[in-house]
Amino acid sequence: MFLQQLVNGVALGSVYALIALGYTMVYGIITLINFAHGEIFMAGAFIGLLLVSAFKVNVFVAMAGAMVFCMLMGVIIELIAYRPLRKSSRLSALISAIGVSIFLSSLALMVFGADAKGFPDGAFPVRQIKVGTADISTLQILIIGVSAVLMMALEFIVQKTKIGKAMRATSEDYNTSALMGINVNRVISFTFALGSALAAAGGVLVGVLFNAVSFNMGLMAGLKAFAAAVLGGIGSIPGAMLGGLLLGVSEVFGVAIGYSSYRDAIAFTILVLVLLVKPTGLLGQKITKKV
Amino acid sequence: MADFLNSLVGSIDPYMLQILVNVGIAIVLALGLNVITGLTGQLSLGHAAFMSIGAFTSAMVTIKTGLPFFANLAVTGVVTAIVAAAIGFPILRLTGDYLAICTLGFAEIVKVFFLNFEPTNKALGLTVPPAKTSIPMPIYVWVVAILAIILVTFVQSSRFGRALKAIREDEIAADAMGINTARYKIQAFALGSFMAGIGGGLYAHFLSYINPSDFGFLKSVDILAMVVLGGLGSVPGAVIGSSVLASAPEFLRFMSQYRMLVYGALLVFLMVFRPNGLLGGVNVTELLLRAVGRKPAGK
Repeated sequence: MFLQQLVNGVALGSVYALIALGYTMVYGIITLINFAHGEIFMAGAFIGLLLVSAFKVNVFVAMAGAMVFCMLMGVIIELIAYRPLRKSSRLSALISAIGVSIFLSSLALMVFGADAKGFPDGAFPVRQIKVGTADISTLQILIIGVSAVLMMALEFIVQKTKIGKAMRATSEDYNTSALMGINVNRVISFTFALGSALAAAGGVLVGVLFNAVSFNMGLMAGLKAFAAAVLGGIGSIPGAMLGGLLLGVSEVFGVAIGYSSYRDAIAFTILVLVLLVKPTGLLGQKITKKV
Repeated sequence: MADFLNSLVGSIDPYMLQILVNVGIAIVLALGLNVITGLTGQLSLGHAAFMSIGAFTSAMVTIKTGLPFFANLAVTGVVTAIVAAAIGFPILRLTGDYLAICTLGFAEIVKVFFLNFEPTNKALGLTVPPAKTSIPMPIYVWVVAILAIILVTFVQSSRFGRALKAIREDEIAADAMGINTARYKIQAFALGSFMAGIGGGLYAHFLSYINPSDFGFLKSVDILAMVVLGGLGSVPGAVIGSSVLASAPEFLRFMSQYRMLVYGALLVFLMVFRPNGLLGGVNVTELLLRAVGRKPAGK
C-alpha cells in the first residue's frame, strides 16, 4: 500500500517537476512568473494527441513533435508578449502573461471543443508489473523514466554546455552578462524553448496517464507546478525537482488517507506552511537586501 | 424616495443596468486591491478569496439574522478584515513573489474550504435571499462604489497612505525612517480586504446565487488586471480599469465565441502599448485643472 502510493506520488510529482522547471528557469533569468506556462503544457498534450491519433505515430515520436512545437511556441510568446515589456514594471509583464494564458486556453477551447479527449487505445501498451506489494503500471515507469532522462539532460545542458553557462551567468546578473558579451536575448529565448519543451513532454505524459486532454488542464497543473517551484525555492533547478516530487507525493498520500475532496488544497497548504518557516523555499538562497 | 429610485432603475435598460452594476462592484474590488498592491506594493493574487469570504458571510447574515443591509455589509466588511489581518500577520513577512504565491495558495485553500463547507451547501452553491433594504440594489452598489472612491482618495493622501507609499517605494528605508512596516502592511491588507468583503456582499445579493468556484484564481486575476491596466496606485486609474475590463466581456459579446480570445489578446496589447496602465503617469487632477483653464498649483 505504502509503496504503491509512493510510486503513484513520484509519477505525479515528476510531471509537476517537469512543469515547475520551466517556471523556475524563466523566473531565474527575467524574474517573471510565466503564467502562460500551464497553457504550453496543455498545448503540448494536444499536439501529442493530434500526432498520435491523426498520424498514428508512436508516443515517443509524438512527444518529440510536441516538444519541438512548444519550443517554437514558447519563443514566439516571449517575443510578442514579454520582450517589449522587459524594461517596464514586472506587474505589467505578469498581466501580459495572464493575457497570453487566457488567449491560449480559449483558442484551445475553440479549436478542440470543450470536452476532454482521450488517447486512442493502445497508444502505449499498459501492463501491470508486480513489485513486492505494489502494482506498478508500465505507464508510471514511462513517466518516471522520461522525466528522469529529461531532467538529467537539462542538468547537463545547464552545467556543461556553453549556452548553459550563459544561462547561469544571465540569471546571476543580467546587466553584467550583457556587458560580458553574452547575447542575453538569445539566452532568454533559449530558456523559454527549454522550459516549454519540458512542459510539452509533461503534457503528453499526463495526457497518456489520465487519458484525458482538455482545454483547461493547464490552469490547475500550472498553478501547482508554480507552487512546486516556489516550494523548492524559485530560481533553483534542483529546488523545482524536489518541490515537484514533494507536492506530488503528499497530494497522493493526502488523497489516500481520505482527503480526496481537499485534493487541490493539499499542495497549497504545504506550500504556505513551508514558506512560513523557510520564507525563500527549501533550496532557495537567502537574499540579503542591500540598501 | 424608494419609489422614485425604483422607477429610476426601472427606466434603464436591464442589460445596461447589469453592466453598470458589474462595473460598480468591480470598482469596489479593484480599489481594495489598489490599496494592497497599488499603494503598499504587496502583490496579492488572492483577492477573490476575500471577496468570497465576504459573499458567504453576507449571505449567511441575511439568511440567519434580520440585520438591515447596510449593517450586514458593515459586519461583512469587518469579518473579512479580521480574517485578512489574521492571515496577513504571518504571511506579510514574506516579500515579493513569495508573498504573491502565498496569497494565491491561500485563495485556493479558501475555495476548497467553501467547496467542502456544509452550512454553505458545499459545491452546490448558496441561493441568497433578497437584501433587506428598500433601496434598489443598483443604486446601493453605486453609492457604495462612490463611498469607496472617496475613502481611498482620502486614505491616499493621509498620514497612513503616505506611510504605505513609503513602504512601496523602499521598505528598508521606510523602516529606517521609523515607519512600523509590519503594522502598516497588515492594516493595508485588512483595509483592502474590508472592501473586497463588501464587494463580495454586494455581488452575492445582486446575483442572488453564489458558488465557491466563482471565486477562483481567474477572478483574482481579473481584479488584478483592472488595477494594473488602470495604472497602479491611481484611484481614477482603478476606476477606469475596472470600468473597461468589467464591461469589455459584455461589449465583446457580439463576437460570441471569440470573446475570451480577444479579451486575452487585449490584455497583452494594452500592456505592450501602455505598460504603466492607461492612466499610469498621468496626473488627472492636473488634467482637469488645465481643462477648465486653471494652472495647476505649484507649476
